[in-house]
Amino acid sequence: MGLAKRIIPCLDVDNGRVVKGVQFVGIRDAGDPVEIAERYDKQGADELVFLDITASHEDRDTMLHIVEEVAGKVFIPLTVGGGIRTLEDIRNALNAGADKVGINSAAVYRPEFVKEAAEKFGSQCIVVAIDAKKVSQEGEALRWEIFTHGGRKPTGLDAIEWAIKMADYGAGEILLTCMDRDGTRDGFDIALTRAVAEAVPVPVIASGGVGTLEHLAEGVTEAKADAVLAASIFHYGEHTVEEAKQHMAAKGIEVRL
Amino acid sequence: MKKMVAVIDYGMGNLRSVSKALEHVATDTSIVVTNDFQTIKNASHIVLPGVGALRDCMSEIKRLELIDLLGECARNKPFLGICLGMHALLEHSEENGGIDGLGILFGNALHFKNRVEPQGGDRLKIPHMGWNEVMQCKPHPLWSGIADNSRFYFVHSYYVKPEMPELMVGATDYGLEFASCIARDNIFAAQFHPEKSQQAGLTLLGNFLQWDGS
Repeated sequence: MGLAKRIIPCLDVDNGRVVKGVQFVGIRDAGDPVEIAERYDKQGADELVFLDITASHEDRDTMLHIVEEVAGKVFIPLTVGGGIRTLEDIRNALNAGADKVGINSAAVYRPEFVKEAAEKFGSQCIVVAIDAKKVSQEGEALRWEIFTHGGRKPTGLDAIEWAIKMADYGAGEILLTCMDRDGTRDGFDIALTRAVAEAVPVPVIASGGVGTLEHLAEGVTEAKADAVLAASIFHYGEHTVEEAKQHMAAKGIEVRL
Repeated sequence: MKKMVAVIDYGMGNLRSVSKALEHVATDTSIVVTNDFQTIKNASHIVLPGVGALRDCMSEIKRLELIDLLGECARNKPFLGICLGMHALLEHSEENGGIDGLGILFGNALHFKNRVEPQGGDRLKIPHMGWNEVMQCKPHPLWSGIADNSRFYFVHSYYVKPEMPELMVGATDYGLEFASCIARDNIFAAQFHPEKSQQAGLTLLGNFLQWDGS
């Protein structure tokens, strides 16, 4: 027995409410973030991720208040992402009760930001979020590229090289979202996730595309991720985190029950 | 005297998590996050938390002139070191190219790299991050009400190797067996984060508040 694979529900927060977009378009209200966080904690979630999907200035404060309230009630690791651009943003998130922050486009604009953040706050609280899309054509060797702006803007950066660089710069963990799959419920991009998980020395969280409990298990067994992240399968009462863990345990995956 | 826990504030990491978790389980104890000499001296219990780098932690403890006071507290008050706070109690750590700790407990912090064996063909990720089991290899008041082999939340790249194996009260396996908890007299130190380990962690913190250090 040893380290358990983690299940991490993700709460996309917009204007103080949990929402879920399908490929970042078509937002659907899923409820109050504090209530949802407490529910997932009771179901046995291993961590929670809060993603500020609009990240305007007013929303930033709303998000910090939510995290502050959750941190007083839920005693598992909390990650806050979305609009983290400065060391000040990180400090504010940690002071509100977050344990880790997710850095996404700010790392693309200026990779040294990740280095500075890891030096200042420690790698353990720096999660670099990577949004990748397949860019290779049928018949070509597989290649994935980093995209920003919710998957609309290509960057020319190779996803695997980028993940290696981010780990090297001090990311303690990589949150990898398969953009082609996000919101589709077709399952993770196994080839992409596995390629990244095997390339970096730090833990990888697989994200994007979970539609069934089996997808979560595949994320670990096939794609070699250390943790799996999902939103909609939990938000609408389809499955509980506990069911997900039971399913994974039945597949021989070590989980915290 | 009313019980008061001083959570040592050396300007790093998420002290709020520790104080919030302690507040959640406290019944007759006040929780103060502080680096004030007199407040720490008056406290009944001490918590030395920590995330981040040991070099920064030690230089802040020095700058705040807390070395002697923490040494004194570690002799006579229930004292809980968490993660980096555990490493700070040791003589030495390999972190930051090698750095001396407070030297209150004999032992070293070593990096996992090149010391862990792959498991099932997969190499182990560093940091060791997530929920792992803690085997209670010795009885201790802080284990009260916690099932043996309960899971706690870890995040660290250096592990503790006490000089005397009998200090080890909790053991965890990650490519090698390491001391996830060490204890001596009134001191208990944990590699995991009880403040982030849900029920098992809250129970441990509650036990600490009830502990008189014996």
